[in-house]
Amino acid sequence: MKQFDYVRPATIAEAVAAAAQPGSAYLAAGTNLLDLMKGGISRPDRLVDVTRLPGLDRVEYPADGGVRIGALVRNADLAHDADFARAYPAVAEALLSGASAQLRNAATVGGNLLQRTRCAYFYDTASRCNKREAGSGCDARGGENRLHAVLGRSEGCIATHPSDFCVPLVALDAIVEIEGKGGRRELPLEELHRLPGDAPERDSALSPGDLIVALRLPAAARGFAAHARYLKVRERTSYAFAVVSAAAALRLENGKIAEARLALGGVAAKPWRVRAAEQVLTGAAPTAAGFLESAQLALSGAKPSGENAFKIELARRIVVRGLTSAAAGTPERIPALPASPFASVSGALHV
Amino acid sequence: MTNSISLTVNGARREFVLDDPRVTLLDLLRERLQLTGTKKGCDRGQCGACTVLVDGKRINSCLALAISHDGADILTIEGIARGDQLHPVQAAFITHDGFQCGFCTPGQIMSAIGMIREAQAGDDPERIRECMSGNLCRCGAYAGIVDAVLEVQAGQDEAKQRLSA
Repeated sequence: MKQFDYVRPATIAEAVAAAAQPGSAYLAAGTNLLDLMKGGISRPDRLVDVTRLPGLDRVEYPADGGVRIGALVRNADLAHDADFARAYPAVAEALLSGASAQLRNAATVGGNLLQRTRCAYFYDTASRCNKREAGSGCDARGGENRLHAVLGRSEGCIATHPSDFCVPLVALDAIVEIEGKGGRRELPLEELHRLPGDAPERDSALSPGDLIVALRLPAAARGFAAHARYLKVRERTSYAFAVVSAAAALRLENGKIAEARLALGGVAAKPWRVRAAEQVLTGAAPTAAGFLESAQLALSGAKPSGENAFKIELARRIVVRGLTSAAAGTPERIPALPASPFASVSGALHV
Repeated sequence: MTNSISLTVNGARREFVLDDPRVTLLDLLRERLQLTGTKKGCDRGQCGACTVLVDGKRINSCLALAISHDGADILTIEGIARGDQLHPVQAAFITHDGFQCGFCTPGQIMSAIGMIREAQAGDDPERIRECMSGNLCRCGAYAGIVDAVLEVQAGQDEAKQRLSA
């Protein structure tokens, strides 16, 4: 690991000023950053430790009916907050389907949003990677790319965003609060992550010094609590990133879908939300044919970026499964194996 | 640059001067305190062999910078027995053959203690498997590990029933 300076600011303003200097990186739990630093993928000159900043570790329920989650709230604490899990069950399920219990106990909400891709070529410093080193090329394109992007990719980068948490958040219109050099601003989470285009080295819309301080879900997101799931196909039963995943949420009225939300994970460099796939369900009865039509729309424009054509059909099927499962009703308790499309609600199939 | 931190490790308060901020909690435990029960497996947060409790919660000590944990309370495998009396999870691992080579065992045991405290899995073997998935065992002692955790959980449930009766 390259040497670095370590600073621990006492206030958010001090943190922003320190991190705005070139070569700086914020440190929260470090569950992704330290791994990247050990591998030489991230090489910051200065770590700005934000773990002691005051007021960022609370889950608050303001009077408007939404929720405001401090950036330093731990993934496990949020998932196990009973009020949160009841109001936003697909988000809690997504959290519990990610990483391991140890990592969820440490990893923060803000860090989860800003985690880097798990593209193996990004991690391998002997390979060319435009995301790790701008302009160096992309060895994923001609390499082992069965898990890479099928939507929104560019010539320069076919990496995917790895977060489970972000997928239902984008479906539910989450908003990110950012403190930067110009003060406080807000951004829809859907606009936080960037598609690679011709600058894959830039993962997000953040500028140097920008600090995510909180994440909000609007009151309307609670309207889906009775019919919401997150489903995720993995290459092993547990403790694995998504091959493809889907967050599906429905608001049912008199047996018809009053409103639908849908986002996909594992398919692009950002959580993938297609409003046409939601709107086609509005006013319709929850039927297999309708869900298939929604899935076709969700994957419209998808193209293999290598040996990953299977992901397109797999993603369609996880959309149909997710919508079907959401229509059947949110499980009383998060299943033993969260987000598994293979498990019944009562028991998981650990193989 | 030097930085001083204090940690409570297995009940004893310790002061450390860190002349390099790169030291992980894992390396500090092993190299500075010779508490080598906590194992360095992958050193990248993938195997769980380095699991310790920090402020009562299980984490991977390989992905934690010591300097960022100033003031924390750390519990390692060396701190769970009372003299010669094994911790119930240690005893259950022996009873149920929850290990073979033993390298992953300290991490498994600390993870199991953390998991039981989290009270999410209860006595459901499927939930125990899921909640222990951050600890890999290359010998494949998983069946014994689940049985060991189940036994400790059942003992706790009985004790609770006795107390409330």
